[in-house]
Amino acid sequence: MKLELKGITKRFGTLVANDHIDLVVEPGQVHSLLGENGAGKSTLMNVLYGLYDPTEGEILVNDKSVTFRGPGDAMAAGIGMVHQHFMLVPVFTVAENVALGNEATKAGGMLDLSDTRAKIRAISDQYGFDVDPDAVVENLPVGVQQRVEIIKALVRNAEVLILDEPTAVLTPKETDELLGIMGQLKADGKSIVFISHKLREVKAVSDVITVVRRGKVVGTADPGASTTELASLMVGRAVSLTLQKEPAHPGEVSFSVRDLVVQAANGQRVVDGLSFDVAQGEILAIAGVQGNGQTELTEAILGLQNHVRGSILLDGQELLGRGVKDIIRAGVGFVPEDRSVEGLVGSFSVAENLILNRYDQAPFARGLSMSSAIIEKNADEKIAEYDVRTQSAAAAAGTLSGGNQQKLVMARELSRPLKLFIASQPTRGVDVGSIEFLHRRILQERDGGTPVIIVSTELDEVLELADRIAVLYRGRLMGIVPGTVSRDVLGLMMAGMPGDEALAQATNVRGEMQ
Amino acid sequence: MSTSATAAPVRADAPSGGVRNWKNPILLSVLALLALLVFALGAPANDVTFRLSDPGDALALPELVLSAPLIGWITALGMLALAAFVVARTRRGEPAPRWLLAAFAVLFLIGFLTWVVGSARTPNVALYGLLAGSVTLAVPLIFGSLSGVLCERSGVVNIAIEGQLLFGAFAAAVAASLSGSAIVGLLAAAVAGVMVSLVLAVFSIRYLVNQVIVGVVLNVLVSGLTGFLFSAVLSEDSETWNSPPQLPVLSIPGLSEIPILGPILFEQTIVGYLMYLAVAVVYVALYHSRWGLRTRAVGEHPKAADTLGVNVNRMRFTNVLLAGVVAGVGGSFFTLVLVSGFGRDMTAGQGYIALAALIFGRWNPIGAFFAALLFGFATNLSNVLSLLGTPVPDQFLRMLPYVVTIFAVAGLVGRSRAPAASGIPYVKG
Repeated sequence: MKLELKGITKRFGTLVANDHIDLVVEPGQVHSLLGENGAGKSTLMNVLYGLYDPTEGEILVNDKSVTFRGPGDAMAAGIGMVHQHFMLVPVFTVAENVALGNEATKAGGMLDLSDTRAKIRAISDQYGFDVDPDAVVENLPVGVQQRVEIIKALVRNAEVLILDEPTAVLTPKETDELLGIMGQLKADGKSIVFISHKLREVKAVSDVITVVRRGKVVGTADPGASTTELASLMVGRAVSLTLQKEPAHPGEVSFSVRDLVVQAANGQRVVDGLSFDVAQGEILAIAGVQGNGQTELTEAILGLQNHVRGSILLDGQELLGRGVKDIIRAGVGFVPEDRSVEGLVGSFSVAENLILNRYDQAPFARGLSMSSAIIEKNADEKIAEYDVRTQSAAAAAGTLSGGNQQKLVMARELSRPLKLFIASQPTRGVDVGSIEFLHRRILQERDGGTPVIIVSTELDEVLELADRIAVLYRGRLMGIVPGTVSRDVLGLMMAGMPGDEALAQATNVRGEMQ
Repeated sequence: MSTSATAAPVRADAPSGGVRNWKNPILLSVLALLALLVFALGAPANDVTFRLSDPGDALALPELVLSAPLIGWITALGMLALAAFVVARTRRGEPAPRWLLAAFAVLFLIGFLTWVVGSARTPNVALYGLLAGSVTLAVPLIFGSLSGVLCERSGVVNIAIEGQLLFGAFAAAVAASLSGSAIVGLLAAAVAGVMVSLVLAVFSIRYLVNQVIVGVVLNVLVSGLTGFLFSAVLSEDSETWNSPPQLPVLSIPGLSEIPILGPILFEQTIVGYLMYLAVAVVYVALYHSRWGLRTRAVGEHPKAADTLGVNVNRMRFTNVLLAGVVAGVGGSFFTLVLVSGFGRDMTAGQGYIALAALIFGRWNPIGAFFAALLFGFATNLSNVLSLLGTPVPDQFLRMLPYVVTIFAVAGLVGRSRAPAASGIPYVKG
């Protein structure tokens, strides 16, 4: 099936999310859409899938113009989509999720899932998915949930599969498996639209690469192009992908965690017996696939979790059991993983957000009142220092772009002397241009002698920043390895292999290849 | 805290020693000690008589005569033992098993009944009548909570159950009086319920008004409207407007003679039979039909349903209207079965109790059915006890259903999981 988009424009009020985009997806082709977060890739695909009506332009299937009033029409035309956030009902079984909207029934509207189960088994066998039709979706690992999404599309006879940032939630191993599956699908004559901002993966699977920037197609690239070329096409200027950093000069160990256990309300140990130290002037990166205990670990340090046991020592003082405010006062700076929910108050002004951690202290507070002049002056300084792009200090923080919101949070947390700095996903959803700036600030904090903990699910970021890397898998520490370790070793550890075994195995593989 | 859509990996080998929850052991211990003090030490010295069948029944069961102190001690000691067991389990980090909580509740109930009836001036109660009366009082509650199930499972919070019941009761009374036919009253009640639902649906689904607020406003509106019409029209000429014929009781020959269960299951009006039918139909349809799958999907993850071509808001709209039919029919029970004629605010907060039954029953039709039965039992018990003349002041007895409600919803229900998208309007994009 040939799919063509002609002059697609989508406006939300005054914002132009897609600006006259042309795209042709040939049968049996992997067509990558490369672009930064917010470049308009997902909007374009939602238009294609019938979730948004295009403001202008037309969609052609096999050279015939079509209009999609909803996802149902798009599916009927042979388009299937795997969304970035899975569209699966967590409490349903796989079969129920696959059948939904397309149910076979017996007399009286009663469900008949036997046919659906058979189809799931058939597809599962054909592509080696290993999916049980009667498993409840919320109990399945993320990688398997993604396969359920692919099955949903295939059961509906999709000829074109749209994969929206499919690798964001996967381990390196699962990513490799997914790329393999994409190859099989292509061999079966299906077309794939692969949306990503990860250059390595795009280069590995694409037949054609279309680069999108600020809602416009800025060009096509050959999969053979270098990552630097692709990156500068994506960002619109030359970018250096590697950070030049001085080696760390670790001082004495001032932060240590011992036998830390965090339990979820259901008793599950989401952090299971962690012990590690961080020295002054070094960055410890915590790597792992999302949902392996990183959130709970950082929240436990900050006092946000219940049911915590063990010991968290900062400068010899126990943090465990103290209130959040007390811990912040003790000198802990924290950049949470979801800035828009936990990092700032969207309806507050930029200036107010910049003093959320010190609003009740001098010089910002005077008795019961606040001194607005000093708050504004502080805001102006920070906006200039961190290059926060905002209309004014009085603008609501929620109106800023993701990257600028992140700079705002970072500016607030680094605006006072710290004894420990924790940043979760410091550059998630941040444009490539700002990433470098934020990384430099983190390094600056390290070089100032603060122990720094970075939690990131992006291997690139971990390898870029870390002096040492701790890998979490299902709440347990797989080991702490030097920051210079190879990507393969980290990948094995993220899939649950202890550090020393992973190091040994990676060396063996390399030996055999030579 | 994480807002991401991905779930944490599930650990099959979750170690024992989970998070210790002391709520249950403390609650059970306090109740067991209370039982020891009141049911055992404070037991009346006389015997208690429970009549199991009407003397006129074809199959008469003998009377059950129990010694109040003996039963008091047995139940109190039994509860203490269970409470101690739960404390010990909690110390080991194991949760209390469900059967144990159920056994505890049964013991408490037996102990309480024996004590309270034994302390009455006439320590003699017709158990069959107590149970049959409970079911009767539970009928509107069950219809109300089924209405809630239909709405909330599709993602709309229905606070307006009270209004649906009241408007159904009003419409049934007026229509039946005017037409002279109780069946016409029944149909009018369904239409009235749908009218309330229609307003709820239009405002909450079409105009995205906060669902709780719309519901509360609807209750106040219906109360005011029916109250006004009652004093302006119905009381002026109650002969024409407010003397509905009653629905006849249809006994099924033979089956209705079964002791205790017979009158409950086989000696009902058409509304009573419709209640059993509605529970069964909603249950089967919700979990085994295409409609049910889509309903649950739009209540859990509307966007997922939308991406598969299910029209979320249409689904919600029809479900809310359907809920109106169910609650309206439940409302007719007040004026066509329970009493003859409409009275101002005669539903008296039953719609809110139905909401509690819905939560206590974990958004499941069968669960809601049993929860509503419990509340009906509490109400009927307080009625019967005030007739028997207990030492407990009347005011406290009338609190009983509400105390049971609070305990049920706050304490015993445990972790219940509402449909994930309940109360959240669905906007495309």
